[in-house]
Amino acid sequence: MIRVVLPAHLRTLGRVGGSEVTLEVKANTIGGVLDALEESYPVLRGAVRDHVTLQRRPFVRYFACEEDFSHAPLDTALPSKVVAGAEPFLIVGAIAGGCF
Amino acid sequence: MSKVRVLVGTRKGAFVLTSDGKREKWDVSGPHFAGWEIYHLKGSPADPDRLYASQSSGWFGQQIQRSKDGGASWEPVGNKFVYDGIPGTHQWYDGTPHPWEFKRVWHLEPSLHDPDKIYAGVEDAALFESTDAGQNWQELSGLRGHGTGPQWMPGAGGLGLHTILIDPTNPQRMYIAISAAGVFRTDDAGKSWRAINRGLRSQYIPDPDAEVGHCVHRIAMHRSRPGTLFMQKHWDVMRSDNSGDSWQEVSGNLPTDFGFVIDVHAHEPETIYVVPIKSDSEHFPIDGKLNVYRSRSGGNEWEALTKGLPQKDCYVNVLRDAMAVDSLDMCGVYFGTTGGQVYVSADAGDSWAPIVHDLPAVLSVEVQTLA
Repeated sequence: MIRVVLPAHLRTLGRVGGSEVTLEVKANTIGGVLDALEESYPVLRGAVRDHVTLQRRPFVRYFACEEDFSHAPLDTALPSKVVAGAEPFLIVGAIAGGCF
Repeated sequence: MSKVRVLVGTRKGAFVLTSDGKREKWDVSGPHFAGWEIYHLKGSPADPDRLYASQSSGWFGQQIQRSKDGGASWEPVGNKFVYDGIPGTHQWYDGTPHPWEFKRVWHLEPSLHDPDKIYAGVEDAALFESTDAGQNWQELSGLRGHGTGPQWMPGAGGLGLHTILIDPTNPQRMYIAISAAGVFRTDDAGKSWRAINRGLRSQYIPDPDAEVGHCVHRIAMHRSRPGTLFMQKHWDVMRSDNSGDSWQEVSGNLPTDFGFVIDVHAHEPETIYVVPIKSDSEHFPIDGKLNVYRSRSGGNEWEALTKGLPQKDCYVNVLRDAMAVDSLDMCGVYFGTTGGQVYVSADAGDSWAPIVHDLPAVLSVEVQTLA
């Protein structure tokens, strides 16, 4: 099971209790995590990445084990600690506040 | 006794304000969707408890929310807005081609007769339709396929389709308006469109009376006279008496004819309201005085409505979707400001009072008159 930490707005949208969700993934890759997230929480389709192109939304970041995976290809393997459930995969809203 | 429900979209959530027909005491519910931008929410004329809301975020994109109980509870529905075919390009601010990209839903317009049917005006400008209560959306691509799309350009707020008017006497006929392209009309339920901008003059485009390129901020119609349209353009207040085939300026004695909102009295089709804003470089009222102007003659002759509105040190704006009227016997008029105030006049504009003072910046105001 993969642990995924979601930003507050997506937890509200997905009606997620707690700060993270646990997902059973078909592939231990970044794309596998995102596929599993959208399958379990269909309302999050389009909120993390584009419906059609599957490109990450510009103000969303992916972190794990203190590394930035935002620009990694979707078939990039997850760190072993994430696969083991020892560390979460983090979906983060970019620091872009202060506009409004 | 009748009551009213005011639906307010703000930069940081939605609010629902309710009152009885006196419109003196108000209940405030919200924020709904706290922290998200709510560009617009609107109820179905066919089922007033059916509401739709456009919820968006620069981080997490577009959501559409639906309520079946007048806003007490909400459920997210479809958020997949995909342009039909290859979208192509429109003009960027500097006149260069720029790819069409979906950004958000600016305006939701439910069908007059079917609560499951709803239109969405989006940025970059296009019109979408749902016939299953917002679950699935299809572009009415005849609009973007009109042929002038490559000449459309964004206004300061983006290339938004912000106004959708449905002719109550002819379901085949609709009007839409885009900043900055202009007004378009369909007579075949959205399959094909024609630009209807004859008479508009805009100094910010190379050819001031071009077919498209006009920054129309808002158009309004009275349901008893669907062939008469009123327009607040970037500059100029205009009217058409031939379904948009041609327009005449009716700015008359307004102190400035720049502004965003325009609306029509519920029972008097020649009584219209605007909020003059100083200029396109100073988006606030003249001399710090927030005044609504009313014309009882369909334009040209305007009177300032000041009672109850701030008359000094007021530097807010009133955005294009932020005025509405109710249909009680004594027509109520409502507007919201970027300072977070929502004002009501229960006497057709003669006097005003704030319903709320301190909401986030108001993006849209709609009102429902309930039995």
